[in-house]
Amino acid sequence: MPELTYREAVRDALSTAMRQDDDVFIMGEDIAEMGGSMGVTAGMLDEFGRERIRNTPISEMALAGAAIGAAMQGMRPVAEIMYEDFLTLAAEQVVNQAAKLRYMSGGQLSVPVVFRTQGGAGWSPGAQHAQQLEAWFVHIPGLKVVFASTPEDVRGLLWSSIYDDNPVVFFEHRTLYPIKGDVPEEIEPIPLGRARVHRQGEDVTVIATGRLVHESLKAAEEAERDGISVEVVDPRTLQPLDEETLVASVKKTNRAVVAHEAVTRMGFGAEIAAVLQYQAFDWLDAPIERVGAKFAPLAFAPVMEAFVVPHADDVLAAIKRTVGKG
Amino acid sequence: MAKVEQRASLAKSELADVLREMLLIRRFEEKVEERFRAGDLPGFLHVAIGQEACAVGVCRALEDGDVIASTHRAHGHTLAQGTHPNELMAELYGKQEGCSHGYGGSMHLYDVERGNMGANAVIGGGLPHITGAALAFQMRGEPRVAVAFFGDGATNIGTFHESLNLAQLWTVPAVFVLEDNKWAESTPESQHSPIRDLSARAKAFGMKAIKADGQDVEAVYKATRQALDHARSGKGPVFLHLDTVRFSGHYIGDPQVYRDREEAKALRATRDPVEILRERLAITDEEFAEVDAEVTEIVEASVEFAKNGTDPAPEDALKNVYA
Repeated sequence: MPELTYREAVRDALSTAMRQDDDVFIMGEDIAEMGGSMGVTAGMLDEFGRERIRNTPISEMALAGAAIGAAMQGMRPVAEIMYEDFLTLAAEQVVNQAAKLRYMSGGQLSVPVVFRTQGGAGWSPGAQHAQQLEAWFVHIPGLKVVFASTPEDVRGLLWSSIYDDNPVVFFEHRTLYPIKGDVPEEIEPIPLGRARVHRQGEDVTVIATGRLVHESLKAAEEAERDGISVEVVDPRTLQPLDEETLVASVKKTNRAVVAHEAVTRMGFGAEIAAVLQYQAFDWLDAPIERVGAKFAPLAFAPVMEAFVVPHADDVLAAIKRTVGKG
Repeated sequence: MAKVEQRASLAKSELADVLREMLLIRRFEEKVEERFRAGDLPGFLHVAIGQEACAVGVCRALEDGDVIASTHRAHGHTLAQGTHPNELMAELYGKQEGCSHGYGGSMHLYDVERGNMGANAVIGGGLPHITGAALAFQMRGEPRVAVAFFGDGATNIGTFHESLNLAQLWTVPAVFVLEDNKWAESTPESQHSPIRDLSARAKAFGMKAIKADGQDVEAVYKATRQALDHARSGKGPVFLHLDTVRFSGHYIGDPQVYRDREEAKALRATRDPVEILRERLAITDEEFAEVDAEVTEIVEASVEFAKNGTDPAPEDALKNVYA
């Protein structure tokens, strides 16, 4: 099995799709010569040329909207929104247009567009370059929402997103780009709506997304030393949500922690907690714990930034609370 | 309303049909006003009475394969682009037979088969889609043009500027049709724009701009042909500035407290596109009455069709959310 970084895995999905399919192209800010602000599209200009690796002005409404318009005509554009904070600038097009065009037309239209974006704290950019806004988009019927946490997942899920006939908001986490992982020789599409159990356990289920998957795996190892057996599950796709896998895990362990980097209040974990309490109420032996960012914008000073967002020790503390060892 | 053979200007022999089409749109919208006031029609409706020549002149000039994006004031564009009055009226009644199968309503009229990529209830919402559609045509080497309708109010919104900038930057085959009726809902142009010539906004992007009298359907057609030829030949997008008049209020039921009644009356008396063409063709009252009776019958039939349409089941609301 070859090893790829998360960054290379994203690039591999894009490049492979573009090699086999003229309808796939990329547009975004600084994606051509510069290779994208995260270096994801580095080298792609040389292979595919300016027509298909399309630098745009700093113009999120038009780049999102033009991607939608091209998708309505049968192309499969991948629009890179440099930071998910800037999705707010494109929100009208994503929320009012892409998500609803099929519906409003009574099924006449398809909008097979992917909005790739990234965010995440840990590098002190301050309050406007590292938010985690996935919950905003999960709230919109008509969108699919993906948040991948490993090289294998990001490649297989991006592939499926490109070939999905619905608009997909595809979240990547900035701090994950350099992580390495084994991937299959050939791209294996990962169906949207299927969770991944990263670690089997008996006492507590941690349901985590993005960077918190890795923090939760660290916390699980720590907990193991204290004799607590932790299962870690990554939904990977937030919409559609693989409720079956999440509920089955909690029915087995009887305890649940939900963990993400986004602000806890009204975060995606709130929805998971609601799903679990409704479908596994009689199996729960403890209140569902929620781990996420404190209710503040991201501060610049590293000590404050680190204080706001959750880490492995926060997940560990939550795990311990569920088993009465907190 | 079949597309006529393409040429630079409308042949005299077609003008009678053009008049008929504009009158059909007029009578259709008057009927829509009547049925809304009677309580038949749900929702939020906007008519474009007075602007028929823009819709007919532009859509008649299009070729098969060209696409349009419309606005919240979409009935005229939709009919001019070839959607049957029955399907349009059925949509306004919320029936399955409607052009959006009851999912859209007046502000979300679609007829993808006929190149109508949809009305839009967000001002400027469809503009970037037209830039993107034109990009797709350009990338695939297809000789097609994408056309966006919008009003003067839309020239202040971000999508307008971003979409025109991108279209010109990439020289995509798009035509941006400004139906300049001098009103952004209830706000006059003098209160919403610091400049009087809105073409200047397109010129600022280096875009070719063409102006035409939006009440003169022949002029609209001719200008549209020029714009389409320019775009289709790969020279880039065109801004088509149509000077038009909205006889009606912003929405059906708008008391128009913001508008000088005498001025509105005078505009109706002097700038009615139907009357302008009728006079030019020297059509007798008898001939006109005959055409009027014919289109009125079509409109009445559309109401009957719509009323007899099929109501969606409530749970159909859960269909078409995803492909």
